[in-house]
Amino acid sequence: MQSNNFQMFDGRVESGAFGFRLLRFPSLLCLRRVIGIVLIVALAFGIQSSSILAQETAQQNAALSGFQKVVVQTQPAMVKIVGSGGFQGLEPYQSGFLISGEGHILTVWSYVLDSDTVTATLNDGQKFDAKLIGYDPRLEIAILKVDAKGSANFKLDEAVPAPAGSRVLAFSNLYGVATGNEPASVQHGIVSAMTELSARRGAFASMYQGKVYVLDAVTNNPGAAGGAITDRKGRLVGLIGKELRDAQTGSWLNFAIPIDELSSSVNQILDGKMVVEPPESQRKPSESMTIDLIGIVMVPNVVSRTPPFVDRVVQDSVADIAGIRPDDLIIEVNGRMTPSSKSVNEQLSYIDRDAGMKLTIQRDREFIAVDIRLGR
Amino acid sequence: MSKPIWSAFALVQTVCCALMLIVASDSAADDLPALLEQAQSKRVAAIAKASKTAVCIFGPGSRGGGSGVVISPDGFAISNYHVVESCGAFMKCSMSDGVLYDAVIVGIDPVGDVAMIKLLGRDDFPFSPLADSDAVRPGDWCFAVGNPFLLATDFRPTVSWGIVSGTHRYQYPAGTLLEYTDCIQTDAAINPGNSGGPLFNVDAEVIGINGRGSFEKRGRVNVGVGYAISSNQVRNFLDHLKSGRIIDHATLGATVATDEESKIRVSNILESSQAFRRGMDYDDEVVKFAGRDIQTVNQFKNVLGIFPRGWRVPVTFRRDGIDNEIWVRLTGVHAVEELVEIVEGEKKKPEEPPKGDKPGAPELPKVQVADSNAVPSAFKHMFIKRAGFTNYFFNLQNRDRVWQAFLEHGDFSKQEFAWRLKGVDSLNRNVTIVLGDTESGIQVDGRSYVLDPESDLDNQLDPPQTGGLLVALHLWRKMLIEGPEKFGDVEYLGSVPSPMTRELNDVLVATRSVVESNLMFSKSTGKLSSFEMYPDANVDPCELFFDDYQIDEDLTVPGKITYRFGVEAPVDIVVERIEFLEDKSEAADADAKQ
Repeated sequence: MQSNNFQMFDGRVESGAFGFRLLRFPSLLCLRRVIGIVLIVALAFGIQSSSILAQETAQQNAALSGFQKVVVQTQPAMVKIVGSGGFQGLEPYQSGFLISGEGHILTVWSYVLDSDTVTATLNDGQKFDAKLIGYDPRLEIAILKVDAKGSANFKLDEAVPAPAGSRVLAFSNLYGVATGNEPASVQHGIVSAMTELSARRGAFASMYQGKVYVLDAVTNNPGAAGGAITDRKGRLVGLIGKELRDAQTGSWLNFAIPIDELSSSVNQILDGKMVVEPPESQRKPSESMTIDLIGIVMVPNVVSRTPPFVDRVVQDSVADIAGIRPDDLIIEVNGRMTPSSKSVNEQLSYIDRDAGMKLTIQRDREFIAVDIRLGR
Repeated sequence: MSKPIWSAFALVQTVCCALMLIVASDSAADDLPALLEQAQSKRVAAIAKASKTAVCIFGPGSRGGGSGVVISPDGFAISNYHVVESCGAFMKCSMSDGVLYDAVIVGIDPVGDVAMIKLLGRDDFPFSPLADSDAVRPGDWCFAVGNPFLLATDFRPTVSWGIVSGTHRYQYPAGTLLEYTDCIQTDAAINPGNSGGPLFNVDAEVIGINGRGSFEKRGRVNVGVGYAISSNQVRNFLDHLKSGRIIDHATLGATVATDEESKIRVSNILESSQAFRRGMDYDDEVVKFAGRDIQTVNQFKNVLGIFPRGWRVPVTFRRDGIDNEIWVRLTGVHAVEELVEIVEGEKKKPEEPPKGDKPGAPELPKVQVADSNAVPSAFKHMFIKRAGFTNYFFNLQNRDRVWQAFLEHGDFSKQEFAWRLKGVDSLNRNVTIVLGDTESGIQVDGRSYVLDPESDLDNQLDPPQTGGLLVALHLWRKMLIEGPEKFGDVEYLGSVPSPMTRELNDVLVATRSVVESNLMFSKSTGKLSSFEMYPDANVDPCELFFDDYQIDEDLTVPGKITYRFGVEAPVDIVVERIEFLEDKSEAADADAKQ
């Protein structure tokens, strides 16, 4: 086997020196990574959906055969998500699925969520404004919440593994085919391998580096990211990843992230960690920290949720000395997530300029903690 | 570089499959292999059966090609419009028997991307039945048979297996053409060249015609998202396609949009539309259309797309909480000239693949199979060019078929003098009708109306509230005596459901001066079941329904004639006597004039 690509080596899929590229263009850097609305969501306990409805559905299902039944049972948990995008080959939609009876939706963390209004449409056509609860930039997943109670959902703790050779079904709204109450698309395939995704180098390599199911079906299409992979009985197996392309050969990888890899992060978000939250202090200091003071010029704040990318660093400034570089993305300020330029400024305004602060930045696929202290 | 990748993948897959089999035979009870074998043989048999009926189409010269499927033993086959549009009148088609058949174009539906061709030289072609595509469910196994990448150089088609990914999908048209409504989405591999080929269910019945895929940035190869035109849509258009015409799609004369509450409301309505005349108006909520619940604009468009113009469908609209059901005859989207222009324009367009960022027809390699000019002389007569038609030959064939079947019940050409009908109507009035060449008249309860055939017929719509009963009866007699050859411009439309029985009727459209008449013939008996007279395209017709046919010597004559206009209650006339006068004695006319 002469190729550097996809060599089976200690169970890892190596993609050689070039790596799989996330489908992303430099021009859309400033679209990425945003959200904003800081919110506290009161979780209410939902009432289970009508049992009469459940009985009717059960009767209808009895007449179904083969995959029909699995499909009919799975689709009610699928969600069609529409947000920002719609230009330069960026589809403004992606997929997701409900993971609680209280309207929590698991999806991928992407530019689609960089919008004031992210719309989640449930299988029955109900449309909601989805609120971003939290996200994990390392796994590139996000949790949204809609005001729907008692909806059908997947339970992450009931997810099953799918060994290589298993037949699986892929549910997603690929190409945004379905709108309104039209059900998500379903494809079938086989797990070709369970392996580790390792994209070593390259500016656009996948953030996610862990275990993946490699699939033999073309599941990772535009809009499919965030969809669900189930086994042939409809049990949750994985989350469909983003589009990923081998930069050298141009071939596309179809993969899903096993639920096992995600569940602790999801639970942390549901437990209130990695959530979008208000500043730690309620009182603004008389002289607060600003981005100018430390010598960072952010990318122009052109959209409502501009991702906080560093455009320029003033030479010999505090930021420069601390090692911050253009194109770095500010992920956290003092451990609080900053999905937008606006939220960076907001967080800084609560920090006294004499106090130190810690920034977490993302550079390519690395996360770097930087201590900042103004020398005054 | 890419080959090793695929072989590595293939290796993994092969190992996986092998593992699966091992696991299956190890862990399963004794009967599992038998079950698997049974499933496998069923699948093999279905593929073998279906493959025999698939057609690989090769255009003349090196101008593309695609796939198709034979649907009747006389060789009628369905394909895509975008496959045959560049093929000209005659093309070469191969089947799995290894024979290259000649085929001729029959009819096209450019909006729906469907075309009908006829394979020639046999009357016992293997064929596949059309399934009921409304019974197809996501998750069903299915398979596509066709000619991807024009691989069928040995004439044998390629099979790709998959599942149904979605049903009742809507895919936007490219301009005004190639709109995919109510289509089936599949993950069976649909590649360039599969276009026009069949999508089968596990019983080897056709559930759709593959024609499109979502491709976008990955190049024009399968990405697991193909679309097939539903077999039910194809069935609705079948006789229309056999008419050899350029088929148009339908409009309600109204558009709908989603309001803030996600309700589907009329956003625009033509005052000339039948829907408006039946009471539907701007802002009404559309809740049902042709028997389907409407909750999205796509669902509305899906319904519209599966019917040809002229089809009658029920629409339920809600106003002030009250549901109103109306029946509406769908009208055409394009004028005939417009369609011809569009189709001609498509043909002249330089061949360039559609832009990569749009879903559309796949791009094909160039393959030269046969000499384009080699149309056997035995088949040359089977193509007649005529404006507005794809192939007028088939229109004539069907017009004559319908008329010959009608003549089985009596030849009226000898009854060229006045006809006199006497009867009583359902309002208990005595009715006398006299129909003649120089004058026709009707007398209802002592009131008389006379028609002058020499003046404009569309201005003589008597009696009042009938929409022109006398004109309709007058033209009915003329058509029966003169037949389609002499009457005027008479063409075969296709078949549409009868407004009364919902049974499919063959339709002849007969135009005389400015008046258009639609004659509907029962497909089972060949008898004339109704006659609709349109003095103007934007008004309701006067409809005549013929029933209780009785044999009077060698003629079959209606014992009951019902007429209806718009929303007026239909009136039955029980015909007590029908006389065919022997000479030009105009006594009959005198009767009417009293």
